[in-house]
Amino acid sequence: MAEVTQLIHHYLRHNKRFPHVLCPGCGHGIVLGSLVRSVHQLGLTKDEVVLVAGIGCSGRIAVYVDFNTVHTTHGRALTFATGIKMANPRLKVIAVMGDGDALSIGGNHFLHAARRNIGVTALILNNNIYGMTGGQSSSTTAENCYSTTSPYGQQEQSFDIVELAKAAGAPYVARSTVLHVKLLDRIITTALERPGFNLVEVLTPCHTQFGRKNKFKTTVDMYKWYKKNAIPLDSLSKLPQEEQQQRTPIGIFVEENRPSLEERYAAITCRLEEASK
Amino acid sequence: MPTKVKKNHRKEERSLFALGNEAVVEGALLAGCSFFAGYPITPSTEIAEIMAERLPKRPDGVFIQMEDEIASLGAVIGASLAGRKSMTATSGPGFSLMQEHIGYASMTEVPLVIVNVMRGGPSTGLPTSPAQGDVQQARWGTHGDHPIIVLSASDVQECLDMTVRAFNLSEKYRSPVILLLDEITAHTREKIQIPNRETYEIFSRIKPSMPPEWFVPYEESMRGVPPMPALGEGYRFHVTGLTHDVNGYPTSRPEEVEKLMQRLFRKIDQFFYDIQIVEETACEDAEVVVIAYGCVARSAHLAVLQARELGVRAGLLKLKTLFPFPRPAVERLIRQCRTVIVPEMNMGQMSREVKRVNNGLSSVRTLNRIDGQIITPAEILKVLQKA
Ligand SMILES: Cc1ncc(C[n+]2csc(CCOP(=O)(O)OP(=O)(O)O)c2C)c(N)n1
Ligand code: SF4
Repeated sequence: MAEVTQLIHHYLRHNKRFPHVLCPGCGHGIVLGSLVRSVHQLGLTKDEVVLVAGIGCSGRIAVYVDFNTVHTTHGRALTFATGIKMANPRLKVIAVMGDGDALSIGGNHFLHAARRNIGVTALILNNNIYGMTGGQSSSTTAENCYSTTSPYGQQEQSFDIVELAKAAGAPYVARSTVLHVKLLDRIITTALERPGFNLVEVLTPCHTQFGRKNKFKTTVDMYKWYKKNAIPLDSLSKLPQEEQQQRTPIGIFVEENRPSLEERYAAITCRLEEASK
Repeated sequence: MPTKVKKNHRKEERSLFALGNEAVVEGALLAGCSFFAGYPITPSTEIAEIMAERLPKRPDGVFIQMEDEIASLGAVIGASLAGRKSMTATSGPGFSLMQEHIGYASMTEVPLVIVNVMRGGPSTGLPTSPAQGDVQQARWGTHGDHPIIVLSASDVQECLDMTVRAFNLSEKYRSPVILLLDEITAHTREKIQIPNRETYEIFSRIKPSMPPEWFVPYEESMRGVPPMPALGEGYRFHVTGLTHDVNGYPTSRPEEVEKLMQRLFRKIDQFFYDIQIVEETACEDAEVVVIAYGCVARSAHLAVLQARELGVRAGLLKLKTLFPFPRPAVERLIRQCRTVIVPEMNMGQMSREVKRVNNGLSSVRTLNRIDGQIITPAEILKVLQKA
């Protein structure tokens, strides 16, 4: 316990006015904890980490940690992150986004960041809803789920973030829930160590907005459902076909090595410098 | 494609037969710009193309083509926060897309330069024709009440000079600066002088000198402009577009909100005379003065000289700073003159400002064209003779 407290004191901002804005039971705090542990484990200094966040409940977590933190505009965190990384490739740039943030308003930037393979670790905190604005449907709200803007059930098909990231060319794609903390710590740590665009999707419950609308009586019910629903990727194929479709696989989906944009850019500038000599 | 550079006998000083857009790039590089992010749009495209060729050849120079203009300005803000002098260039529709981020840069006090080569609008309008329709968008395009610096240029040499100015002002006052050009100025080719670096005073943002523990990122001071460290230099702080307290943390306490907003305005107001740049021609004894900017100012210049030959006591006030509106210069001439004439290639976006200052003192005439054609010296002369 003492160790945990020390860790908290090292990474949280003392002069920030607590309490934080997240609801009791929100999964976002668990992701922040995991991120801090990963940074700590890798021995990164607080000065070299830049946490760029979008707008939404997930975006608010940046204010509490003592890194270089930039709370940007809704959907555009990856564009700021791209500028920061290209301007100073030595920085460890992490973008924290909500599902609405990253894939609805920011969908285009997401695809292009993955395609470019810019050296940014992207964390998408997917709660399948717009939390901050009061529970409207997002592009990951599942069909027939309820939200304040789909009072008769969501009619649109939802995005699968992992599939999208794969298709766009991200060299590292992983998913966990906030209940699988060991896995979460592991994939965030790996993502931070790797060059290029690394995507980590985290399934995180929002009882206040999603749970309430979709017949989860308590926050605990919701956590139980997340636990039941998620299945490690390698166990998936052991299930009967219909059941496979109802479960969400977690684990590492893609792990390839490809030079990042900033590395390729540096190679060009080197070549030009040689040529001018 | 950039034109071949001809070496002049004076060391480092070069002359160049350049496009307005090309001169912008020269000015930016002279001012120390090392980061450009953009998305192609006529008539600003050459700026991105020449940057793409030039920047990778410079130590630390970064060029990146982003997926749209929102992304471009996002990347520019990120790069500026990471310590680079950064810019983007665009035209009408792209400028509209940038508006949310212009507000973000004002609120977070991130220095950067946006060049908007205006084209006819609204909408995709007249992509290759000149216009001056974005004057009020540059002033008020983003939401919320905020100060802004908007400059313009009317010939190729000025494109270079004003780009250097734009960087200097943005760095000095930690503010986004918008350089408004028109298609004619951007696509005119003229001989210009590229002076050596020493000719210009080049300003870079002031960095904090205190130890990081003492650093208060948005502290009140006499100057009103807080020092700005780069990300990763040891001064960790929070940057947010939300209204924030002196530590950078979100606040909605009225006294803290008021303080921040007042400081944002004050830092521009206080240095008004450093920011305001106008140029007068034959104004000493003028009875009729033309107030113009951009390519129209060149037509007006000739018209004024011709009018003088015809015995009309005409003068020209060329605005190089559009906002904050150079009120003192305009007001003085209004008091002195019988009539002021404001020709512009829109329905009267700058004459609104002149009329606001005029407040019934003299007569304000407008001359507007919105057909994608330049206002000629002859047209202005005609109005001058009748005034
Ligand atoms: C341009 C713009 N449009 C809309 C909003 C309003 N808005 C704020 S947060 C948000 C959605 C947040 O949802 P999500 O990204 O899923 O994050 P969560 O709050 O669920 O963590 C929206 C639509 C905004 N801030 N800016
Ligand atoms: S609304 Fe949902 S996402 Fe937002 S803090 Fe509350 S539980 Fe978390």
